[in-house]
Amino acid sequence: MKMTNFGVIAALGVLMTSTAPAAILAQEITVFCGEESGFSCTNIQPIADAFESANPGKTVNLEPVPYQAILESLPVQLASGEGPDIAFVNDLGGLSRYYLDLRPYVDGDYFDTEWSQTLQWLRGGVSNDAIGGMPAALTVNGGYVNVTLFEQAGVPVPEEGATWEEWAEATRKVAEATGTDFSMEMDRSGHRFASLAISYGAELVDDEGNPVVDDGLKAAIEQFVAWHKDGTMPMDLWGAVGGATHRELFSDFLNANTVLYFGGSWTLGQMDREVGDLFDWKVISAPCGPSSCTVMPGGGALVAFAHTQEPETVGAFLNFLAQPENLSQVLSAAVEIPSSKTLVEQGVPYPTASERTQEGLATFIAQVPKMDEAAFRFQGWRYQRAMMNALTTRISQVLNDELTVDAALERIKEDVNLAIEAAKAQ
Amino acid sequence: MADSSMTNQRQGLGSFLFARRGRKRLALSDILTYAYLLLGVVIMFGPVAWVVLSSFKTPASLQEFPPTVLPYATESVALDGFNAPLPLYDVTMEDGEIRRMAQVRRVGLNAQMVDPENPAAERVTVPAASTEPVRRVHFAVENYTKLLSNSGSDIWRYVFNSLFITVVATAITLIMNSMAAFALSKYRFRGSNAALMAILATLMIPATVVLVPTYLIVAQLGLVNNLWGVILPTVATPTGVFLLRQYMLTIPDELIEAARMDHASEWRIFWRIMLPLSAPALAVVAIFSILSRWNDFLLPLVVLSRRESFTLQLALASYQGENVIHYDQLLAMTTLTALPLAGAFIFLQRYITAGVASTGIK
Amino acid sequence: MTSSDRLSSAFGAMASLPARAVEPFMAGLQRIIGIKRMPWFFLVPNLVAVVLFCLLPVFINIFFSVTGSDRLYPSERPFIGGYNYQTLLDCSNYLDPSTCSRDLFWRAVGNSFVFVPLQVVAMVGIALLTAICLNGNIKGRGFFRGVFFFPVMLSPVVVALTWQWILQRTGALNGIFTSMGLESGAWLVDRNWAFFWSIFVTVWAHMGFYTIILLAGLQAIPRDVYEAAKMDSANHWRVFSRITVPLLQPVLLVVFVLAVIRSVQTFDELYVLTGGGPGSATTLIVQYIYETGFAVQPRNFGLAAAASLLLGLVLLVFTLLQMRLSRSSKNG
Repeated sequence: MKMTNFGVIAALGVLMTSTAPAAILAQEITVFCGEESGFSCTNIQPIADAFESANPGKTVNLEPVPYQAILESLPVQLASGEGPDIAFVNDLGGLSRYYLDLRPYVDGDYFDTEWSQTLQWLRGGVSNDAIGGMPAALTVNGGYVNVTLFEQAGVPVPEEGATWEEWAEATRKVAEATGTDFSMEMDRSGHRFASLAISYGAELVDDEGNPVVDDGLKAAIEQFVAWHKDGTMPMDLWGAVGGATHRELFSDFLNANTVLYFGGSWTLGQMDREVGDLFDWKVISAPCGPSSCTVMPGGGALVAFAHTQEPETVGAFLNFLAQPENLSQVLSAAVEIPSSKTLVEQGVPYPTASERTQEGLATFIAQVPKMDEAAFRFQGWRYQRAMMNALTTRISQVLNDELTVDAALERIKEDVNLAIEAAKAQ
Repeated sequence: MADSSMTNQRQGLGSFLFARRGRKRLALSDILTYAYLLLGVVIMFGPVAWVVLSSFKTPASLQEFPPTVLPYATESVALDGFNAPLPLYDVTMEDGEIRRMAQVRRVGLNAQMVDPENPAAERVTVPAASTEPVRRVHFAVENYTKLLSNSGSDIWRYVFNSLFITVVATAITLIMNSMAAFALSKYRFRGSNAALMAILATLMIPATVVLVPTYLIVAQLGLVNNLWGVILPTVATPTGVFLLRQYMLTIPDELIEAARMDHASEWRIFWRIMLPLSAPALAVVAIFSILSRWNDFLLPLVVLSRRESFTLQLALASYQGENVIHYDQLLAMTTLTALPLAGAFIFLQRYITAGVASTGIK
Repeated sequence: MTSSDRLSSAFGAMASLPARAVEPFMAGLQRIIGIKRMPWFFLVPNLVAVVLFCLLPVFINIFFSVTGSDRLYPSERPFIGGYNYQTLLDCSNYLDPSTCSRDLFWRAVGNSFVFVPLQVVAMVGIALLTAICLNGNIKGRGFFRGVFFFPVMLSPVVVALTWQWILQRTGALNGIFTSMGLESGAWLVDRNWAFFWSIFVTVWAHMGFYTIILLAGLQAIPRDVYEAAKMDSANHWRVFSRITVPLLQPVLLVVFVLAVIRSVQTFDELYVLTGGGPGSATTLIVQYIYETGFAVQPRNFGLAAAASLLLGLVLLVFTLLQMRLSRSSKNG
């Protein structure tokens, strides 16, 4: 009798000391968020503090994690049942199998009304009514141009509705006249390229979730390669790097080394700080292709994971954060575009942003109605990332004369199909 | 070691190309040798020295091309009516005169300047190409102070993590490897060959190749985000066992026999005889272990994902992934990361190189 | 006693304290299990670690390679047999990667086949040259030796970042060229230059290590041999080729094999320096494995495992070859 009692107490003692005491005594959750801009820990902190004061006994730990770590280590951690309670992710569909269904823990109807479409993206192609997380901001791809350089070159800035070719020609003239290093640059990202591709008529994915390689994609790739060959775009980004590596060189735009930079709305927050008065810039309307004037939508979400020990706290926090006044505060500080219905209608004030930045935001928002349906379908596709990786890898190969465009198209389709097969094998 | 006493062959590079038997070495061969060695100094030290020097440059001067050798900072002057001090430039005016002016802003190809003596006067717009910044040598120590202060970064925490992993892992490695080497070199027992083969076979397996299974095992042990998760997987280095065993084989068996006859326990033999005599090999294994642990990148990358458990290498690499790479901080951090081992090297060079040399001989 | 001896004896005294404390237990253990079983006691900790962290992963890898899906846990993976190997080795023309099913794999293999010989020859050649120079009667040998060994101490990340900083479009190398009036080069953007610099940077980082080993080998050649040669009026070139090289052979062999094994596993520096680019020009085999298993989504652990096992096989062949060669040269 004595021995078993002792055994039980000893076991309890071991249990108490080995598991994190916080998990038993106080309700504590960990959130992985971004480091610098956007939906970063810095911007979310005030809301976390408010939540903690309103809910004594609940603690929210915000941990800044580098983007690369989220991309590479988080999936591996999740696969072994480890990881944070909440994380800010960009690959909404790819990690969907690890999400916690928040419906029992949040105001389900509210979430449904605010984010009907993005919630669909979080489901990864499975049709149920799970709420995988709270969509954060809406990001929009788009081009930034250095208006001062245009002025100095005496070239008129192309109007809304100008095509990609017109932009290429205009920026070429400007670069020549002003001695700027590069005319156009685009992030080395399949997501950015998709904007170009869809405008040229590429479908990328069909209704059943199969990859599509069509003439539109071919035309886009050929145009892209042509720009690299004639020097409109530098080889440094797409040509010099291999594989699926994501690379951005926005600093080229900030230093006035390129006339046009095709990136997205997430760098708006930096513009006031980094450029300030150095030169005149603006965000351009989506350049048009033969098929449409589309730029890709995007955006991350704060998702909760099924392995969490604190589902109620997680739900409570995300519900709190999702309230319009709190969300508005974060978006305002981050200078990002809202994705929830209420805030899109109301608008979000950006007191810290300069007039130019506010104009830029308005331009980005104005692109949303013009987006082709293919863009939304692509964004919500579970295997979007596989396609984006294939695009960057294979296009780089074409740029380096390792593959012809036709061979690259075949390979892209093959790569994606192989990835789907590998993932589906059940 | 085979350093001082044996060396006297006049085997300079040029000597066998140019010298003839019987003559003392030609000055030319020596010149060639020294020239080659000096070139080596430039190529080996140059890049690193360049990084160190660049780490003292301000972000603005890092953008310049061609880069200047020494770090410069533009002089600036505080004027009434402007919030921040304005940088000073020497401007070549249209009439050829050179005036020193303060720059209000530079927009594309043109710069807006103002006379520092008369700030309220009209601003003059000049082509930026005709301006030369007024500079003096300035070491931007703030790059480092930002890193080293607590608000800028957690660098001391990273240093601690790296140090902890390195020291503990090396200690465990030394003990375990030497024990195994002792068993495999001084005893004949059934299964010893199989065990040796098993240990050597793992030499073929590069770490990246077994990364995922290793992670799986670490996760099962519950050591993710734990420094022990980085320490344990690579303590059983086969190279360590191999080197130590080779060395221990050369220790005469008679010593052990004599000790056994004196009723010494095997453990005592191990600690009192084998280890002290194997000191040179132990030093080599220790050096290899310290080198590879401090510089280890891939395993910590996968096992540690919380910033507070990052090692120095991880923290350095994570700087690269940002949108806008802050080169000033990146370079300062690179220098700091390279510093400890470089410093250790300068002091312990003789031991390190002697140790490495012995691996090839044995 | 020199200060270093004092230091090491103090350290030894400190370290032996726990050993002495443990001694009675060890002696007791020895009495219990008998002296014949003691070696197992010494061996077991290391063996356990080796089995758990080195051998077990290999078997898990084998299991991964014959199973599919992107799940991490072996129990969740369905068996697919030799499919991964089949798709890896499926090529109509092994010399032309674009005819292969997994063309990136064969490109990586092709690149490795070019990279390894070039890099090893460059590495060992330069190391030998440097060792010969250092072996001469020069002042400051210790200093020069340290200089060449210095980059070995730097981590791969530091090495890659250093050279990237120098080789980028606006870097120091182009700065020097421009101020001399020459054109800037696209060092890391052009295929061939990127390949060249990959070899250069890895040689730069590691040659000091081999230089030290070769230097020790040179210095271990006894004087008498050279004295005898001098007496026989042999000229220095003959001395080098007939005496030095043969006597250096065992060490040279060790250096060669070490260099090859390390060269095949090159990953860290190149990944940070060029990312495998441009295109796939500097993608080597380990990078392919890493990307397949980690960087692409969804992850293909099975394919990565299969590729890594093939790599392991190649390395095994090499090491066995070296062991056979060194054994025969020792006997010969």
